[in-house]
Amino acid sequence: MNWESASHFWAMGGYGFFVWTSYGVTAAVIAFELIALSRRMKRARAQVKRDVALDRIESEKRGRA
Amino acid sequence: MSETQSSAARAPSSGFSLFYYASPQTFFPLAGKLLWPCWIAAALLTLAGLYIGFFVAPTDATQGDSYRIIFIHVPAAWMSMVVYLAMAFWCAVGLVFNTRLSFMMATALAPTGAIWAFVALWTGALWGKPTWGTYWVWDARLTSELILFFLYCGYMALQAAIDDPRRADRAGALIAIVGAVNVPIIYFSVKWWNTLHQGASVSLTAAPTMATTMLTGMLVMALAAWAYTIGAALVRVRAIMIERERSTDWVRKLVSNGDSKA
Repeated sequence: MNWESASHFWAMGGYGFFVWTSYGVTAAVIAFELIALSRRMKRARAQVKRDVALDRIESEKRGRA
Repeated sequence: MSETQSSAARAPSSGFSLFYYASPQTFFPLAGKLLWPCWIAAALLTLAGLYIGFFVAPTDATQGDSYRIIFIHVPAAWMSMVVYLAMAFWCAVGLVFNTRLSFMMATALAPTGAIWAFVALWTGALWGKPTWGTYWVWDARLTSELILFFLYCGYMALQAAIDDPRRADRAGALIAIVGAVNVPIIYFSVKWWNTLHQGASVSLTAAPTMATTMLTGMLVMALAAWAYTIGAALVRVRAIMIERERSTDWVRKLVSNGDSKA
């Protein structure tokens, strides 16, 4: 075991700032990408649904005329 | 064998099964099936890699615990180069064969590659400060990696600036392919120039010069990065397929059928 206690672990032998800022920013960037991806997918699907609905209204109008 | 035959049989117009998945319509569900295995592999490998990196690998004799940045720095730097080469490859395929899916793949890879380049630079700076005494130097390795990051950004900006996707693809492909010469420059920079950045601890030609547990942690994290990258690129390529082909029947059917999985 490398660490005697949790506080030793967080201190990282005095390099805590460098180690945790590296890991923290990497995790944040990846989380950001995952959120952006899921939102993009939802937006793309919603756009298609909107197009399909508009087309249906359009063709119904034409049917009545 | 029966697998390839049945997939060839399912492809109505293509006689050759290798190209069965070359159309967005057939690739979309395949990409969807590959997603969960990628996410699960990425999560498990990350947990294993972090455990080895922080609890099994010992403190380094000269760098103390600052070296633990290596477990993200090196995989991120590797991925930034691999993803760029993959992107340039798909662009070249797209230019030669004029296939829609190739360009979609290239476009889908770029943001994830840019993220890896950014992570490599960011973690490198935070590792440089305690070991070299500076966050940044204009040394060959660091500068060429920064150029890689700018190439990703340039590719994405150029594509975003051109409205017609076909023209955007071709213009972006030019940047991607020409910029690919930068990748070997990054890789060999520590040999060709006298750099502050250390030489490779792991190379294709020589035995690694690191402790086994450190190496294991790094390689497990590299595999995690591969799994994550494939997963992210597959989600993005699926979104791009829907966006670009949204007026086609197959996309309309797919979305209206409310497939959350396919």
